[in-house]
Amino acid sequence: MASDNGTAGGSSTTDVYKKARHWLLMPSWAILGTFVLAPVCVMLIYSFLTKEFRGGVIWDFSLAAYDQFFFDRGLFGDGDPTLQWTYITIFWRSIWQAGLATVLALLIGFPTAYYIATRPEYTRALWVFLITIPYWVNLLIRTVSMKFLLRDEGPLNDLLISTGIVDDPLRIINTNLAVQLGLFYSYLPFMVLPIYASVERYDFTMSEAAADLYASKWNTLRRIVLPAVKPGIVAGCILVFIPSLGAFLAPDLLGGAKNFMIGSLIEEQFKGNAGNWPFGAAASMILLTLVMTVLLILARPQRSVGSKT
Amino acid sequence: MNPTTDVKTYSGFRLATIFCMVILYAPLIVVTIYSFNASNSITVWKGLSFRWYVDVFIGPESTKFKQAAFNSFSIAFIAGTLATCIATAAATAIVRGGQYRLRTPSLGLITLPIMVPEIVLAVATLIFFNSIGFTRGYLTILIAHTAFCIPFAYLPIQARMQGIEDSFEHAAMDLYATRSEAFRRILLPLMLPGIISGFLLAFIVSLDDFIITNFVKGAGIETLPTAIFGSVKQGLKPNIMAISTMLLCLSIVMVTISYFISKWDKAK
Repeated sequence: MASDNGTAGGSSTTDVYKKARHWLLMPSWAILGTFVLAPVCVMLIYSFLTKEFRGGVIWDFSLAAYDQFFFDRGLFGDGDPTLQWTYITIFWRSIWQAGLATVLALLIGFPTAYYIATRPEYTRALWVFLITIPYWVNLLIRTVSMKFLLRDEGPLNDLLISTGIVDDPLRIINTNLAVQLGLFYSYLPFMVLPIYASVERYDFTMSEAAADLYASKWNTLRRIVLPAVKPGIVAGCILVFIPSLGAFLAPDLLGGAKNFMIGSLIEEQFKGNAGNWPFGAAASMILLTLVMTVLLILARPQRSVGSKT
Repeated sequence: MNPTTDVKTYSGFRLATIFCMVILYAPLIVVTIYSFNASNSITVWKGLSFRWYVDVFIGPESTKFKQAAFNSFSIAFIAGTLATCIATAAATAIVRGGQYRLRTPSLGLITLPIMVPEIVLAVATLIFFNSIGFTRGYLTILIAHTAFCIPFAYLPIQARMQGIEDSFEHAAMDLYATRSEAFRRILLPLMLPGIISGFLLAFIVSLDDFIITNFVKGAGIETLPTAIFGSVKQGLKPNIMAISTMLLCLSIVMVTISYFISKWDKAK
């Protein structure tokens, strides 16, 4: 095994800072170890503690938080355990909403990325710039703007009514659709940019070859282009799906109380005195496990076909 | 086969692109327009006016928003600067440090804050500060922001450093420059565009953050996003739209700076 001094042979590896490297890494380990890694471990411990009534914990080991998540033991907690659907439903709804937002983002994001990548080189940078701007704009402001636009008396309904497309305002706010639209809108740039990067590297002579061999345009797209840019598509889907799953702002501001998602469920456990910290920690651990599973399944090394490099 | 048929273009794709742009920009444009509304109501249009911009600065809520803006900008500046320094050091060790056992775990640790859902990170940080008895306030926000800004500063810096050959530094050291001189006078100036991009990204990410701030801020201290959120919860008001428009302009200015830095750098 190539150990620490394995690169001493004067090869072209970049090892100018070999002696200083541990010192250089120390600040990141100190900050991220203390304020990210350790907190996640403490959170894991908290999920196995007993709740205190005024929003804290008692240091007694207990599985109560996970038990409460999955099982219903009747009003007095002594009945036979049956599956508790309340929280599973909230998780399932979050997965469903995030999934729909991802599909929507892919349906719009892929053609956009492809279109941009096939523009002349000098306009491409401008297009990418236009896609990047919303990503730099405060997410809260964007979500509030969306709420403003979609309101019952908002500009969208004004437009639809004045042009005679609908007679009564569309009730979009406080529906599942509003949440999907909000998530889609929040993370759309994350779908476009990685796909764009993949399509830009794609060698279009392959499309020409397919066309020469009498493949129809849609067949070329489906069987040549799509497999070649799959890594970009997978990256885009991860970047939209994962933040959507734990999103708080879009469901909270656009969805209302009936369209609760994981983010709101967790947030509720830490607000005021009614909260249940171990339960919130357990729900966070379950969300984290879910996300890591999705990442492990999707982020396996992707084989890229036909890219130029 | 018709030779004039372009195999690259698909007819519906331009329409999807236009749709994409409309979706991305329509809400922002509408809010910008309505921020200049003279009316008290957000629904009725009563002509052009700057009254809500004036209201933000001298209106009844102005003290709250000024304090929140001060907190937001000072935290974003300090956290962004710290994160950029830490990320630059880490990138030097990871890109220029050769192969070693700690390299992959370090990279994993640095990207961890982007992998973990923000709400989970928020819960973990809150529980952590609470369990060690750290009173929540300005300092807890600053620490949390510094930590999660590190990967955002790191990625552009790493990308930049990977593009610089180490032959310049080797040349400098062959000419008897010390390692720290080679770093300060060769690598750092070459790295500057990446460092600026990293800082700008970290700054904007910190300014943008709502969820983590909301968890770790404690009572009585607000940043712009939490103040705006609290205000929106009581109903949309025109002064919020004026603040939104100002923040929108700031974001556009920053992304434009970042864009021109990378363009200017490529042109060199």
